[in-house]
Amino acid sequence: MQLAVVNVARALAPTDSPVLAEFMAGLEPVNALADRSPGFVWRLVDDDGGDATSLRPYDDDRVLINLATWTSVDALFDFTYRTVHLEFVRRRREWFEHLGEPVVALWWVPDGHRPTPAEAVSRLEILRAHGPSPEAFTFRDRYPAPALDPTAS
Amino acid sequence: MEVGFRIVPVDIEAIALLQDPVRRRLYEFVAGAGADVGRNEASSAAGVSRTLAAFHLDKLVEGGLLDAVFRRPEGRAGPGAGRPAKYYRRAETEFTASVPPRDYRGVASLLAETVAEAGLDDRAVEAAREAGRAGEREPLLDVLRARGYVPLERDEQVRLLNCPFHALAEEFPPLVCAMNLALLEGLAEGTSWRARMAPGAGRCCVALSKTNEV
Repeated sequence: MQLAVVNVARALAPTDSPVLAEFMAGLEPVNALADRSPGFVWRLVDDDGGDATSLRPYDDDRVLINLATWTSVDALFDFTYRTVHLEFVRRRREWFEHLGEPVVALWWVPDGHRPTPAEAVSRLEILRAHGPSPEAFTFRDRYPAPALDPTAS
Repeated sequence: MEVGFRIVPVDIEAIALLQDPVRRRLYEFVAGAGADVGRNEASSAAGVSRTLAAFHLDKLVEGGLLDAVFRRPEGRAGPGAGRPAKYYRRAETEFTASVPPRDYRGVASLLAETVAEAGLDDRAVEAAREAGRAGEREPLLDVLRARGYVPLERDEQVRLLNCPFHALAEEFPPLVCAMNLALLEGLAEGTSWRARMAPGAGRCCVALSKTNEV
């Protein structure tokens, strides 16, 4: 099994505005770092091929999505909080709203599965509605990978 | 026997190992070295024989305070490099004992969760910066030592080998690491040091660099 992670964020301004300029400028090096980090498997990119900033998972032009798969929770944690990526997390309020509900959800998928934005959003909604469970969990409340995924086709 | 509370034996035994002054010196040396430490290096740092140092180092490993690793010494590899030597490093396990019992960690976790959910990160970060400014600041490296950061100075850079807020920082990285940076920025104000983010596994997420501006 591999770990899927979705992160949504509501930007304070359009992606081409000066408010988001530093965030947008940092995307390429940080994504490149993710791509070569231990445990990275895949991340969602839009038709431009570099990142997913043109995708809108909700009916809201300000809500961006980040969707990826990793080999383990620890590998994802180390990239997220033990690399320069932490600096972007720390500064997130300069670019994104505080939403007052979970914005990151983790869940297990069969090896090689590429979750769609719709699938990711439904996992996040499960987490928001019911709290952490094997269907959708968080770094703080982790669930181990199931031996066999009954939803796998 | 019914008792009101119990001290965790593993914790109290590990801490009690440090009552021996030689062991304590060895532990402090290994924990502050910034790299794995061999027996020779440890024995000369603690001013005791290699045999005695090895004895105490292994006691610290048995007690869970240090980890032992075997590898070939630097610069030696391949056939004829000899047997791997034993090296020591600080163990990740955290030991705490409080008498009478206290649980500041539990309440810190609840407070952090509340702050994060309410989106009050900025307020907490500014409070941390003020706390840094309000404290004693010179000499900065001594202040950092007293606060548990285990600073290691090299080439006008200070790495912090320990995160004093480790468990909480693992639980709430964005909040606690941002507060930690602000605290250190506050402490470094008016000194010849500047704090900056330098995250990496197994150490504090902040480092300091020497600056010419004060």
